[in-house]
Amino acid sequence: MGRKTIFFSNLREAGKPEQTETGKLMDWIANLLIPLIKSLILVIGLLVGFAYMTWAERKLCARFQLRYGPNRAGPFGLLQPVADAFKAIFKEEAIFGQVHSKVIYVIAPGISLAAALLAFAVVPVGPTINSFQVFGFQVPDISLHLAADVNIGVLYLFAIAGLGTYGIVLGGWSSNNKYSLLGALRTTAQLISYELPMGLAIVSVLLLSESLSLVKIVEKQAVLPFVVLQPVAALIYLICGLAETNRSPFDLPETENELVSGFATEYGGIKFAVFFMAEYINMIVVSAVTATLFLGGWQWPAFLADLHPLIAVGLFFVKTAFVLFLFVWIRASLPRVRYDKLMKFCWKFLFPLALVNLAVTAVVVALLPG
Amino acid sequence: MELALFVVLAVIAVIAAAGVVLSKKAATGALFLLLNFCTLAGLYILLNAQFIAVAQVIIYAGAIVVLFLFVLMLLSPGKEESQDRKPYIRVFAVFLAVLMLGEVGYVAFTGVLSGTPGQYTPEKIAEVGNVQAIGQVLFTDFLLPFELASVLLLVGIVGAVVLAKREL
Repeated sequence: MGRKTIFFSNLREAGKPEQTETGKLMDWIANLLIPLIKSLILVIGLLVGFAYMTWAERKLCARFQLRYGPNRAGPFGLLQPVADAFKAIFKEEAIFGQVHSKVIYVIAPGISLAAALLAFAVVPVGPTINSFQVFGFQVPDISLHLAADVNIGVLYLFAIAGLGTYGIVLGGWSSNNKYSLLGALRTTAQLISYELPMGLAIVSVLLLSESLSLVKIVEKQAVLPFVVLQPVAALIYLICGLAETNRSPFDLPETENELVSGFATEYGGIKFAVFFMAEYINMIVVSAVTATLFLGGWQWPAFLADLHPLIAVGLFFVKTAFVLFLFVWIRASLPRVRYDKLMKFCWKFLFPLALVNLAVTAVVVALLPG
Repeated sequence: MELALFVVLAVIAVIAAAGVVLSKKAATGALFLLLNFCTLAGLYILLNAQFIAVAQVIIYAGAIVVLFLFVLMLLSPGKEESQDRKPYIRVFAVFLAVLMLGEVGYVAFTGVLSGTPGQYTPEKIAEVGNVQAIGQVLFTDFLLPFELASVLLLVGIVGAVVLAKREL
């Protein structure tokens, strides 16, 4: 029995004083309730963001092509996402007998969506709002990022991106359809390949920031955003971000003219909508990470960010929205790349370029102190 | 708090590990393995080893299980592949399992479970940073094994290319 207590006390942070009953309650609230509320806000925010991202994309694409876009449901078509959601939910959907495994077929979209939502947890949205008083109540400090500022933020993003692949792989495989399987294989190859230059681009940022914590990376950019110091890395990251989120011109997983609809061929109704959600939320995450790593996050320009924490948050959202706009712009402008060219571009151009960029950055950082 | 999390994660880990062994379909087994790796990562976080946890997810969950699934997808052993199982394999498996259980039991009842605290206490890691601490040790004390491992990986990559592309 004594041995067991030793084992578990090691799990606890050493040197912590014994807690009273109320202290324990506070501990539970601080460690469980507040993160739960924060996660709920995050999930709802991301889902609303997804809904209006589809609307914004359709509107923007329409403008690029001299059309009106959705304008029937509500003013400016603002209720279109709601209508789409109802349509997806009430669509009849048959799961045919041919699926490899019904359970895997059903959970695959869920895995995709969960990974997309989880990734946002480490992105710092804004600085800590200091405690203030509302109607006589003392509101405690609110830190505007979900997870504790652990020193592995960037690696966590990579880990979650790796898990996101499973949704597509499992969905494509369990559909037991040639097009789905081909789509899934292509996607996996594409995602794994583009992760490499993406990782190298991020490493060159890490050399400058000297930390893997996204909060510290943002704080380092108070004077100068990293896009000025690392233009090549920023460009590589953006291109890889397009490929990682299966966006045009790299939307090979669902090439309609070759693969019907790629890995999602068999899916319909709400399950397809969940895959769709995952793709758009991934896009939001990539944009937010671009804003954090290269555009200075909520910290730059500092004279604006220092005025009020909410202005800092606004800066972050404006930057994210700008990158999202870039994504839509690129989609409306560029034709799809052929599959072999996509792989060649990654392995024979982006990867060496990222490697050279990393080497140059390393040498410069080593030679210039501070 | 930590205790509750530990119990939840450990129970899921054990169930997932049992699922790997007991599931009839290879793909389900691979998915249980994935779940097991993820709960293990959670346990590492409870032990203040965030870097190991993330490395666990990136390498094992993100790369190795994907490789398993690739093989399953392409070879598709849909039917039960256990027809050619020899009877002596079962005996051998039982023997190994008993041996393992015996070892675990022996350690649990005689050894010290908590281990001896080393140089890197939670306070020190919080001070220098998890990744920094690992990096420092890796590039000083364990430089030779680190470099040897990288050479080994390089040999593996070259071997894979040679095998896959005979007329390059």
